[in-house]
Amino acid sequence: MTVLAALQGFDSLMSGDTVVAQNIAFGILALVMIVAALRMVTTSNVVHAALYLVIVLAGVSGIFILLGAEFVGVTQVLVYIGAIVVLFLFGIMLTRGALGEDEEADTEKRRMAVLVGVLVLVVTGGAVLDSFGDAAVNRAAPSLTAEIGDTIFSQYIVPFEAVSVLLLAALIGAIVVARKD
Amino acid sequence: MNTLTLAVELAHWQQTTIRAVVGLVAVLLPAGTLVYLFLFKMMSFMQSRLGPMEAGPYGSLQLLAEVGKFLQKEDIVPENADRIVFKTAPFVVLVSTFLLVLVIPGGPDLMFIDVDTGIFLALAVSSISVIGILMAGWASASKYSLLGALRATGQLIAYELPLVLAVMGVVIQAGTLNMQGIVMAQAEGEIFGFGGIGSPFIITQFLGFAIFLIAVQAELTQPPFDMPIAESELVTGYLTEYSGMRFLMFFIGEFATAGIFSALAATLFLGGWYVPGLDPTDNLFNVIGPMVLLGKIILVAFLIFWFRFTYPRFREDQLQTLAWKVLIPLSLANIIATGVLKVVF
Repeated sequence: MTVLAALQGFDSLMSGDTVVAQNIAFGILALVMIVAALRMVTTSNVVHAALYLVIVLAGVSGIFILLGAEFVGVTQVLVYIGAIVVLFLFGIMLTRGALGEDEEADTEKRRMAVLVGVLVLVVTGGAVLDSFGDAAVNRAAPSLTAEIGDTIFSQYIVPFEAVSVLLLAALIGAIVVARKD
Repeated sequence: MNTLTLAVELAHWQQTTIRAVVGLVAVLLPAGTLVYLFLFKMMSFMQSRLGPMEAGPYGSLQLLAEVGKFLQKEDIVPENADRIVFKTAPFVVLVSTFLLVLVIPGGPDLMFIDVDTGIFLALAVSSISVIGILMAGWASASKYSLLGALRATGQLIAYELPLVLAVMGVVIQAGTLNMQGIVMAQAEGEIFGFGGIGSPFIITQFLGFAIFLIAVQAELTQPPFDMPIAESELVTGYLTEYSGMRFLMFFIGEFATAGIFSALAATLFLGGWYVPGLDPTDNLFNVIGPMVLLGKIILVAFLIFWFRFTYPRFREDQLQTLAWKVLIPLSLANIIATGVLKVVF
């Protein structure tokens, strides 16, 4: 019933120890994502950077689907690729968006950015390794959309409502800041 | 649901190959039919002319002649264009269209992939085509292309919301995102205890159907929502610099999208491959299902193209007002009403 099972065509891979297909797919996705991510921060064309970001985000969605989190994977495509990157591109093309190299993109801030990037990698990587170590990924049951809906509206109802109010506040704040009168 | 047993057991790669070929046919055949039936013939008859008559009987082979013509043309890339982005853009649009066919079921056992997220996956994938349009407009190094792409993006973002929200009513009523589940809910549903014709959601979700069709019209960037390619101001918008093969790909993409969104509307609101009076698990539907679906596609596409050939172009501000101030509030009200009624009944 999931994309993963449908793509593989048989469920035996899901329950057994053979995860060859997943591992190969993960390797390809990870490689593509790393190359695209590096190109994204090194290219001196802003539009190209946004397009590389699309590849990285599509890879994230692919990894979610590999882990059986189908709903999250699809949401990733709809929200990040279909909305956020489109708004990035829209904004870039409305303001600058010149073809070719953009000299302004290559500044002294680069060194600080590299430093911050390495720092974030070490902290998040350390946190993930510390809390999960070499624990196996739970592949037993791919999550169903209905179950996600049930848990959000029962177990996690308070954080969900809090996030909704936060987003509403951000929306109203944006309108207040943008309106002149 | 009964399981279909085939006489031959196929390996996974063989099944995948067959799925890919059938998927291509399932996209291209309705798209070609729509171009001939509506763009060539219906439009001509509405304008009191005959349309193409020379190639084949009643001009039925005109489409092949057109494809042959486009294939022979030179593939021109503007000198200042960003070559790689310029050349990739049509593929992005085409892929995001062709992937949509995967979720549409053609019968009780006829489907490409049976996914839990169904219609949600389709709407997510369809939103990728905006990136292809932006790539095309920006990489062309032409102000007409860029303006067209920006207009197209503003329009697609605005009409994406009513499109998704209109589907929500159907999802609430069916209780599932799965396309097969939505067809089954309509086939086995009852209207006030009367189950003779099932319960096609066009009856209970008529508002959703209307909003969905208007939003599809806008997603296709065709009249009356053709500001992005307004030929009197922008030449042809983001398509201006494309020629030959790559123009053909955008053209196929446009009509394939029309066909696929008609198929989505037919599945969501008209009961998909099901015809009333028969058992929905009957093996018969594996044979006649695709044809029933094609009939419903042509019915929905007729409406889409009828509006296309009838109404004049919206102004940009009218277009945005319609989406944000009319369609989105209406579809939100539709969701609330559907939710309340679902709980009450």
